[in-house]
Amino acid sequence: MKFVDEFRDPEMAKNALDRIHALVKEIPKAQQQPLQIMEVCGGHTHSIFRYGLEELLPKEIELVHGPGCPVCVLPMGRVDDCVAIAEQPDVIFTTFGDAMRVPGSKKSLQDAKAAGCDVRMVYSPMDALNIARQHPDKRVVFFGLGFETTMPSTALTIKQAEKEGIENFYLFCNHVTIIPTIKAILDSPDMYIDGFLGPGHVSMVIGEAPYRFIAASYQRPLIIAGFEPLDVLQSLVMLLEQLRDGKAEIENQYKRIVPDGGNHAALKAVGEIFELREFFEWRGLGSIDHSGVQIKAAYARFDAEREFALPNVNIADPKSCQCGEVLKGVIKPWQCKVFGKQCTPETPLGALMVSTEGACSAYYSYGKINHQQLDR
Amino acid sequence: MTTPKRTLKATHITMAHGAGGKAMRDLIEDVFVGSFDNSHLNALEDQARIDLAELQRDGNRIAFTTDGYVVDPIEFLGGNIGALAVNGTVNDLAVSGAIPKYLSCSMILEEGLEVAQLRRIVDSMRAAADAAGVAIVTGDTKVVPKGKGDKIFISTTGIGVIPEGIEISASRVKPGDKVIVNGWVGDHGAAILNARGDLALDVELHTDCQPLHELMQVMLKACPDLHAVRDASRGGVATVVNEFAETSGVAIRLYENAVPVRTEVRGVCEILGLDALYFANEGKLVAVVPAADADAVLAAMQAHPAGKEAAIIGEAYEGVAGRVVVQTGFGGERILDMLVGEQLPRIC
Repeated sequence: MKFVDEFRDPEMAKNALDRIHALVKEIPKAQQQPLQIMEVCGGHTHSIFRYGLEELLPKEIELVHGPGCPVCVLPMGRVDDCVAIAEQPDVIFTTFGDAMRVPGSKKSLQDAKAAGCDVRMVYSPMDALNIARQHPDKRVVFFGLGFETTMPSTALTIKQAEKEGIENFYLFCNHVTIIPTIKAILDSPDMYIDGFLGPGHVSMVIGEAPYRFIAASYQRPLIIAGFEPLDVLQSLVMLLEQLRDGKAEIENQYKRIVPDGGNHAALKAVGEIFELREFFEWRGLGSIDHSGVQIKAAYARFDAEREFALPNVNIADPKSCQCGEVLKGVIKPWQCKVFGKQCTPETPLGALMVSTEGACSAYYSYGKINHQQLDR
Repeated sequence: MTTPKRTLKATHITMAHGAGGKAMRDLIEDVFVGSFDNSHLNALEDQARIDLAELQRDGNRIAFTTDGYVVDPIEFLGGNIGALAVNGTVNDLAVSGAIPKYLSCSMILEEGLEVAQLRRIVDSMRAAADAAGVAIVTGDTKVVPKGKGDKIFISTTGIGVIPEGIEISASRVKPGDKVIVNGWVGDHGAAILNARGDLALDVELHTDCQPLHELMQVMLKACPDLHAVRDASRGGVATVVNEFAETSGVAIRLYENAVPVRTEVRGVCEILGLDALYFANEGKLVAVVPAADADAVLAAMQAHPAGKEAAIIGEAYEGVAGRVVVQTGFGGERILDMLVGEQLPRIC
């Protein structure tokens, strides 16, 4: 298949892997302890497991699966809010598919649907707007979720609703922004990350400038990386070359998609509709300043948080969950006390077991969980 | 028969068509009996009466299976719910090595269903039954009020006869055995996703709905000792292979590059972040064959229209019992587990 198979070529992958194996030998630090490399985005985590890349890497590299899975970092209280909205009698609640199964404190959206709520899976916010057009007698709510990747399409949908004067469309905004979260991880006292694979599709929108502080203030390299297996491997080569040379720079491997300056039209739409929240709660990481966005006052009539009375209760993860430590690379998924025991993809306790992009779920379903690891 | 043939004049199904009176007789005699048309059904008794001696000529055991069909939409490229209801049950019989013989058909119709659409579905059932060499010999019809069903639900039950000496079972997979699939994987699942229209993809995806009874007999001729065969319908190839590994207590490795997946289907998977190995099929079987016979079975399959694209996609080995792994193009491996719930498209 064009534009796919080129980036999955086994021969080129082998070359990249040979290069990676050679490079780690040239990095003195890697001889004492494994290099900790965080792939920020859940899409990378998925790719790494999907193609079995991790086990092909030298033992000197440990991948830390970062916070960039919007489904995983969604706090339970927000899911409760979704269910509360969906339970209103005149509401059609629309959501991306993989948010259906995220557990709230009592139920998921899938449970709410089974209980009779009108919850519908959509592929784009424009689909939700279309449902609003078709059902003028219902309040149609779109569950806006994701980083800067999905933010522009939500923003454009609100603009379209405004232009058409659609009065029964609402956004329950849970969009988050990645930069403050990377900063929070860098500021964490138990952080050991040596370098980052940066999120490719977020960068397609925001460009490379917002990452510069990571190199300048924290002396860590970041490679903006694509999602095909060869993208990931090439990005690792670039990252290791920097580490070998003692450099800390922001580089763009994903040039075929990511322009250096980002996407101005998308950023303009986002800026028109959204503004930063003072703080936003992340599952597993806690509250992070300026890490979420909300709808600006000028578009308040589309804001589900103003239209509906929400419980808005903070629900802590069970104490036994160690999602935060896994996210920061302090422990590996299988070292968590409940991994594979009380916490499985069928009965997820913690955030990271919820979506296939979550590190724990990925380890559980794709990963190297041989029995020795589980027994430890 | 001396009474004149009844005809159904209504354009839509109403509650009257399930009420037991004249309207129901019109529906049954015109639409169902008129199309399925065989001596068992035409007798209009409450049950079909099947000659035991006739069955015994073909083998020494009866295969007996049932399945319900609730697909949405009910018509799609390459087929409809009627063709599925016949082929699905025929295939459940066929993969045991049985020669399919008779089917029953129970329909739940939703008030308001278009009669023309029902006729198309019933005619597809007849065509599929003819192709599979079976007769639909007994049936039942119920009508539920609008909103209490989804246009049409069909249940079919089938019986077939298993020839003597054939012992196909999910419990017989041995280390070293080869895993074979009879062609493109995931066509039906992708066709249904696309037919729902939400994706707005400009692509033609046809269901793979087809009977597998002939192909099975061809395979048995090449290797009477087929170890395990199942049709890979709901849950796809991944689920069947997991069932084999679990029931037989072996590990199975699939080679990702060897699994035949159409470019269009791969495209759908790439866009939505789904895996074709979990997509439903309606004309695909997964067979586990002794290594020594694998090439002969494969060649025989490829010579039959239902197996033209057949391929060896993996093998069983002595490992963690019940474990299924996929070897990727780079030599990496990942676990291929049963699905937890349904496959859901990823956000980004």
